Amino acid sequence: MKLTVNGQSHDVAAGTLSALLAELDFQGGWLATALNGEVVPTKERDRCVLTEGDRIEILSPMKGG
Amino acid sequence: MLDLYGQGLSSRLLLGTALYPSPVIMAEAVKASGTEIVTVSLRRETSGGKAGGQFWSLVRSLGVRVLPNTAGCHSVNEAVMTARMAREVFGTNWIKLEVIGNHDTLQPDVFGLVEAARILASEDFEVFPYTTDDLIVAERLLEAGCKLLMPWCAPIGSARGPQNPEALRSLRGHFPDVPLIVDAGVGRPSHATAVMELGYDAVLLNTAVAKAGDPVAMATAFGKAVQAGREAYCAGLLEPRDMAVPSTPVIGMPAFS
Repeated sequence: MKLTVNGQSHDVAAGTLSALLAELDFQGGWLATALNGEVVPTKERDRCVLTEGDRIEILSPMKGG
Repeated sequence: MLDLYGQGLSSRLLLGTALYPSPVIMAEAVKASGTEIVTVSLRRETSGGKAGGQFWSLVRSLGVRVLPNTAGCHSVNEAVMTARMAREVFGTNWIKLEVIGNHDTLQPDVFGLVEAARILASEDFEVFPYTTDDLIVAERLLEAGCKLLMPWCAPIGSARGPQNPEALRSLRGHFPDVPLIVDAGVGRPSHATAVMELGYDAVLLNTAVAKAGDPVAMATAFGKAVQAGREAYCAGLLEPRDMAVPSTPVIGMPAFS
């Protein structure tokens, strides 16, 4: 299945958002995720089913002013 | 004591975490400044969560509150989404709301800012709006649900210091009970003291410390400058006068001729 993750194209086997994080080796309780412009809270990633063409954002803490 | 959304704070300096020569110097500067609030942001993770994780664990070790920002957002939707994701990551309802309107000046898009503030306040965010010194925009932000205001004193990173002290004074006069924090444009400790002497409640800065020759020493200097300005304001400042007024008593002067 082809998805766009953080603006880059990926061909993945994962069917859920939590599986996608594992497949792409994203780890850590400090990550925030969004699917097609909607926030997906950590506890809902297991139930978040992905479909072809989905746009996923994976963000993490960064220095800021 | 400073009260921001019900949080009591001893320090009146808020410090950014960007642009330091190293993470270690950033951490030392935070400690030296005495700040209890640091600003952070949220960006796409590129290395499996490791880079963000290292930064986040360093910030957590500092024992300060975090104020996530929406820096770099140029639309209401971007800013609102970033705020929602920041709440997920940082576990706080606080958000430093930036909706940038111009690439060159990093001037807030005040129309988008008010709209985003209204949306976020309705979702129980506690909004710290980065705004201009415009009085009417300030009124709109308060109507939108903001309980404090963060006007700039000059463009972000410009180090120019207060460009329009009268506008800052006007805001202070109109909103005596609203916490006012000068955010952006402070370049020197004397700038911080100057706005605190106007009765501002706090100062938020980043570049002036991070890009100093010795950021840790500059953080100490800013901590003292903010405190000095606050104490001077509370002590009651002498207003400027048109004519000279002698300080030494005139009565008792001898007559030599």
